[in-house]
Amino acid sequence: MNRKLLTGNAAAAWGARLAQVDYVPAFPITPQTEIIENLSLWIDSGEMDARLVTLESEHSMITAAGSAATSGVRVFTSTSSQGLLYGMEMIYTVAGWRAPFVMVNVSRGLSSPITLEPDHNDIMAARDSGFLQIHCATCQEITDSVLMAYRLAEHKDIRVPAIVNQDGFYLSFTREPVSLPDADRAAAFVGEFDPENLQFKASAPLSQAMAVLGGGPYSYFRYETHLAVQRALSVYEEVADEFASAFGRRYDIIDNYRMDDAEYAFVMMGSFATKAHDAVDSLRNAGWKVGLARLRLFRPFPQEKIRQLLTARRAVAVIDQNISMGMGGVLHSEVAAALYGLKNAPAVLASYIGGLGGRDISQVEFFEMINELKHASDKSEPLPPRLLYTENELTEIRKLQAIAQVEHADIQQAGTGQAETDRK
Amino acid sequence: MLTFSRQEPGRRKQTGNEGIIMTSESIVHFHRMKDMPSSHLLGTGTPMCAGCGGLETLHNMYDILGEKTVFVNAAGCMTLLSVYPFTPFRGGWLYTAMASAPAGAQGVRDAMDILLQKKKLSTEDNMEVVVITGDGSAYGMGLSATSAAMDRNLNFIYLCYDNEGYGNTGQQYSAATPHAAITSTSKGSHGYPGFKKDLFSIWAAHRPAYVATIIGAEPLDLAKKIEKLQTMTGPRMLISLAPCPTGWDYDPKLSVEIGRLAVQTGIWPLKEYSDGKIKHTKIPKQRKPVEDYLKLQGRFKHLFEPQRDEAGIAEIQARIDAYWTRVMA
Ligand SMILES: Cc1ncc(C[n+]2csc(CCOP(=O)(O)OP(=O)(O)O)c2C)c(N)n1
Ligand code: SF4
Repeated sequence: MNRKLLTGNAAAAWGARLAQVDYVPAFPITPQTEIIENLSLWIDSGEMDARLVTLESEHSMITAAGSAATSGVRVFTSTSSQGLLYGMEMIYTVAGWRAPFVMVNVSRGLSSPITLEPDHNDIMAARDSGFLQIHCATCQEITDSVLMAYRLAEHKDIRVPAIVNQDGFYLSFTREPVSLPDADRAAAFVGEFDPENLQFKASAPLSQAMAVLGGGPYSYFRYETHLAVQRALSVYEEVADEFASAFGRRYDIIDNYRMDDAEYAFVMMGSFATKAHDAVDSLRNAGWKVGLARLRLFRPFPQEKIRQLLTARRAVAVIDQNISMGMGGVLHSEVAAALYGLKNAPAVLASYIGGLGGRDISQVEFFEMINELKHASDKSEPLPPRLLYTENELTEIRKLQAIAQVEHADIQQAGTGQAETDRK
Repeated sequence: MLTFSRQEPGRRKQTGNEGIIMTSESIVHFHRMKDMPSSHLLGTGTPMCAGCGGLETLHNMYDILGEKTVFVNAAGCMTLLSVYPFTPFRGGWLYTAMASAPAGAQGVRDAMDILLQKKKLSTEDNMEVVVITGDGSAYGMGLSATSAAMDRNLNFIYLCYDNEGYGNTGQQYSAATPHAAITSTSKGSHGYPGFKKDLFSIWAAHRPAYVATIIGAEPLDLAKKIEKLQTMTGPRMLISLAPCPTGWDYDPKLSVEIGRLAVQTGIWPLKEYSDGKIKHTKIPKQRKPVEDYLKLQGRFKHLFEPQRDEAGIAEIQARIDAYWTRVMA
């Protein structure tokens, strides 16, 4: 093992390098670009035996990733935000092709308004596509998850593409110590890609991605993909065991922190969970029985695990770093669905939206959430969904609005002035 | 001599990154119609309309290219060639989406090249990658992907079957629709007000290995062009005018005649680009009046009925004449 200080992007690139990928279709977008720059450098210097091709869009990039994977080579690609949405038609399409490859998404808020900072609306948009989704909270986890993702995606009972998600800036541009697995052992862990029947060759004619007529065949193939994605739940356990014995790091489907005797719990995904991690420690010091459950595997969704974990808790706060307009937090809905109808489900399952566009979630806010949970569970009252925003932030935005209004008035006045001079 | 035998596609030598190279073992050269294949390779019973000009081109082309081909398709009429579990193709097929067939070809070509290089694919198993899209895709939604594939000098063949509209969705006008044509989104008394985009020039401006216009109704010209592009590597781009009884509103039995008239009236010039030069491959000696072509098609009926639109017909004729004056100068 080789310990290095790496950004999340470099950690992602190392994952691809250690997985010995053959092919990297690429396209730049902040905050992901450093991944492809790293790979390109290694390929040009001969440190990596692969081919990188920059396409003219993510739509084309994902098409090429899928078509190369269905032609029998190991493919890695990465994108973020607008890029993921630009390619969304193909995200669904290549999952339907059952093209096994790995893509790193560096989460970034969606336009509009346009921003560079992270939240999970981009990756949530790929939720129903047929891609597996692993969400990371540390740079170490990114390298390791890329290796594990190849095992899942290429598994003969699964065969769908996988996304490894990391948060822009918080991980992508943050250096953390990463233990890089030894190249030979990483290669042995990932194994050779066996494309089985996925390949174009003259001696074995093959038509792929054909049209179907009618709902019968269509439903059949859609169900097949759904069931394949679900099989990743059990295969994940095998892969995680093997990873732990090879490299000494265990990654569970849900990463639990101080959950054993917790009466209250935060449920989150991604690097913002590290903020909750600190809050749990402080709250514990203050006498609260609180824990944190961070979902690593979001697709397939670990319903059964959620049930086992959250039943018999007093109250749970699901903190979504995404917002489904007109509905609220996506993870909250899914956790609620998992718990529906269970006798000992927590009486309070509160929804908090926070961290949009990189907005911080402060320690005070975590304390406040726990207060609210306690209050509501004492009174057995449901809590209305909350959009985290402080008074201070409101004052700041009011100031910006005031400036915008002054500017607007100035322009109008200047405009009128001009018109008057013209008339003279 | 660079020729090949259609009966023995296996004898064509293939090398890794250079794609398919023909050998002198073979025998046929396309000089006369009797050199043409007498039976088709593409399976029958497809759901294409009777008299489909696009299918005619595909048949002719496939007979020559042979089965060592992977067709990468964009959304359009031809998508329905392969409907699970049937396919008329004896090699490979991959349906992508409307915008990105050339990118699909990139992935397939790159993957095959990587496998050849790593000796995981034998040269006998190598295949030619052929994009097949309609004009809606080629002239519009897929143009950026096509342009970029040429930028990258992708080793592939592109066939655009140009039925001059979004055929599969009911023949709405596209950037390939000719002036005055009635389409389902240009039903006014003067038809489509715009002019057909010059995709040949746009493609040629990229300086790819080869660009040609073809038409199924002139199979010898088509065959010679396919034969020629098989000696080349890099982007080899074909636009076939594709008479479309359904979209152009005429009796399917007229497809070949309309195709020939397109060439004889000069409205569809047969030409090719290579090495920076453009050559016309079949110059009509005495161009027939364009109305011979127009009047057979319902989409131009308004030019003749209830009264002749002299000015309208003359305008179309004048553009054709100007084209030929320019190229013959
Ligand atoms: C992104 C997208 N938009 C729209 C469509 C609907 N659509 C399917 S086929 C087609 C027409 C394609 O026209 P063209 O490329 O000329 O091929 P043709 O149908 O004439 O064969 C359209 C618009 C689609 N499949 N995908
Ligand atoms: S609509 Fe036209 S192009 Fe499409 S299948 Fe029918 S004849 Fe061919």
